Amino acid sequence: MNFIDPHIHIASRPTDDLQRMAQMGCVAVAEPAFWMGYDRSGSNSFFDYFRQLTEWEPKRTANYGFRHYCWMGLNAKEADDVGFAREVIALIPEMLERPNVVGVGEIGLHKCTDGEVTTLLALIDLALKHRQLMLFHTPHLEDKLKGTRMILDILGGDDRVDPARVCVDHCEEHTIGRVLDQGYWAGITLYPTTKATPERAADMVEIHGPERILVNSSADWGPSDPLSVPNFILAMRRRGHDEALIRQVVYDNPIAWLRQSEHFEPPG
Amino acid sequence: MKTAPASEVLDRDFLEIRARLIDLGAMLDRLDRATGSVADDPRLRHIAESLEVLAGEGPGRAARVQELFSLPYDPDWRSRFQEVQP
Repeated sequence: MNFIDPHIHIASRPTDDLQRMAQMGCVAVAEPAFWMGYDRSGSNSFFDYFRQLTEWEPKRTANYGFRHYCWMGLNAKEADDVGFAREVIALIPEMLERPNVVGVGEIGLHKCTDGEVTTLLALIDLALKHRQLMLFHTPHLEDKLKGTRMILDILGGDDRVDPARVCVDHCEEHTIGRVLDQGYWAGITLYPTTKATPERAADMVEIHGPERILVNSSADWGPSDPLSVPNFILAMRRRGHDEALIRQVVYDNPIAWLRQSEHFEPPG
Repeated sequence: MKTAPASEVLDRDFLEIRARLIDLGAMLDRLDRATGSVADDPRLRHIAESLEVLAGEGPGRAARVQELFSLPYDPDWRSRFQEVQP
């Protein structure tokens, strides 16, 4: 089955992974800007990283026949230093014009500090002023519930925000209901140990229905699997779910979500 | 949405449930055998409370366990928020 991985960090994956993804039916990916595992030493490092996401990674995936889109942003892990964040944010507007950029992300909270919130408010304002889709990272583990609710508070308090143009990512059992109930897209990340498994993602689809749910690998430089979405497909098939339902989650939904960006071209 | 019969779900998941429970028991035994004490570590309380949730009635066990391992959310957080000046 063809699929789209709407959240994967291709810059952290070797070419062998791209080949396997293509073999498994990947037709497009969307790569959010994120933390590379170490704090950058200056905003110029971000400029080069943004160039990598907009110039180099699309060429790598094109060699295997699938499209590469990306998101521009400053993720929460590096957002607490507000002065540094402002330097990076200043780089983003020109990047939004690049042809594979579909929005601002991944942005959000990590430890839910005042500095992170200050930076997040600036990033949301930037996205809205440039009429961009927004992709939100929600915190890990014990911070997830608190951080997700704070993000929803911020979004709900800004009457410029259209929930249909926002995805709140890394949802789990204790956060997904609230995200969907408020009209946002909900991302489920399939990640060993610290997020959801393919089986639990299938449970969440069964409980909440397939509308506005996106399943992604978020595969990066840590323990993660770029074939997580195919693993989800298999988990759904083993439960006897219809191909049309599975296709909705892994293909139709990502297209419906991403095509709200003028830069996204549906496959085929 | 179509759901499978309970007997089918139990057949499919039984061995995995069994294996994970045994894993869990082995991990707690390992902790008992370790030197020193972590009796005051709040994570142990969360583990014990989670086991009570699992032994109790559904639905929503997974979400309730997630909540046990979550920091509290303060709906009034914005009243304490202070914008940081660069």
